[in-house]
Amino acid sequence: MMSSEEWQILGLTVRTAGLATLLILPPGLLLAWLLARTRWRGKSLVETLVALPLVMPPVATGLILLKAFGRRGPIGHFLHDTLGLDVVFTWRAVVLAMAVMAFPLLVRSARVAFEGVPHRLEQIARTLGAREGRVFFTITLPLAARGILGGTLLAFARALGEFGATILVAGNIPGRTTTLSLAIYQLVQLGQDEDAFRLLAVSVAVAFAAVWLSEWFLRGRA
Amino acid sequence: MKLVIRDVRLPLAHFELRLDVEITHQVTALFGPSGAGKTSVLDLIAGLRQAPSAYIELDGRVLTDTSARKEVPARDRHIGYVPQDGALFPHLSVRGNLLYGNKGDTSLDRVTGVLEIGHLLDRRIGDLSGGEKQRVALARALLSSPRLLLLDEPLAALDEELKMRVLSYLQRVRDELRVPMLYVSHTTDELRALCDEVLVLDRGLLRGRGEPRELFAAPAGASHDPD
Repeated sequence: MMSSEEWQILGLTVRTAGLATLLILPPGLLLAWLLARTRWRGKSLVETLVALPLVMPPVATGLILLKAFGRRGPIGHFLHDTLGLDVVFTWRAVVLAMAVMAFPLLVRSARVAFEGVPHRLEQIARTLGAREGRVFFTITLPLAARGILGGTLLAFARALGEFGATILVAGNIPGRTTTLSLAIYQLVQLGQDEDAFRLLAVSVAVAFAAVWLSEWFLRGRA
Repeated sequence: MKLVIRDVRLPLAHFELRLDVEITHQVTALFGPSGAGKTSVLDLIAGLRQAPSAYIELDGRVLTDTSARKEVPARDRHIGYVPQDGALFPHLSVRGNLLYGNKGDTSLDRVTGVLEIGHLLDRRIGDLSGGEKQRVALARALLSSPRLLLLDEPLAALDEELKMRVLSYLQRVRDELRVPMLYVSHTTDELRALCDEVLVLDRGLLRGRGEPRELFAAPAGASHDPD
């Protein structure tokens, strides 16, 4: 049986991962569509920048976020002075780290999904009088939906397991920023292997369900 | 119907499409071998493709004039397009496809009556046969009330029996709905049965024009099929 503290950790992890995934959906879909359907200067640079968190050490990404969103950092300073918002070492930093690490997976999956929609169908919709917004919402998006859903779940699963960037930018504050992966790390450090394994089983179950569903959606698209 | 195409210069993979022609017949065919540039001509007229140089005017309305940097978007051209595979929207029902471009000025009942697809309205696209798909694609284009209908080898993917059936529906569209058509094909029988005039296109150039019975004087068959 899980303790109330473990339920709290699971709840925080799922809530922050869910929020991070929701937050990256609009910009992620827009960018994926731009990469799939338009040509512009600097496109390959943006593609590379978006993919960076996939290959960089997560701790390095965390350090960049810490410097940018700390009170003395350019973004953190602005948020603190104008909105009174602190990000670093709060639940917001957990969401931020998860969002940045999951963003490339969402963009990649959504881009492939958009590219899979036959261009001819969008063209025919235009000859039938549809404006660009209507073409997107009635043709492109529904036909890419399975791939986008698969990518969204994959991004959610990635966010659930985030560790390296989170520990740097959010710390490991019990009840406030401790997620499943941070709690497992801490329990192993303290030698409480039995508790660690229980959380590990929870973590595997949630991630398995998310990845399995994601695969189901992505397979259905092909 | 009066379609003016002037100063068209469009580089394609192996040659340049160069076209200066005026079309006034109700049903005109673009005839020529595969890769002659026929689909590119339709795409230019529909506004789905842009050429470095082109002037296109339909019934006195300028649609494209590159020298004046004018390009009416495809959605505002009122030109219907039926591609070879129909390009039906697979996630919508037949009714959803038919009503996609319909603003109420063309009657659903009348078009589905002429094409005999009224019983298909609630079907899924995946459940239609090849001939049914082409009739639905044709009806969808007609329901957007086009001033001109572009048909890109609409019978090419059908077997002989189905071809004759769909051809008879095209004749009904011509005779009963009286929508002007530009019809791409490389089968002489179809052109003889449907078209008033044929433009022969080869390697991007207009090689000849005339009435089908003048151009294809040989017995019905494939001797003039460029493929």
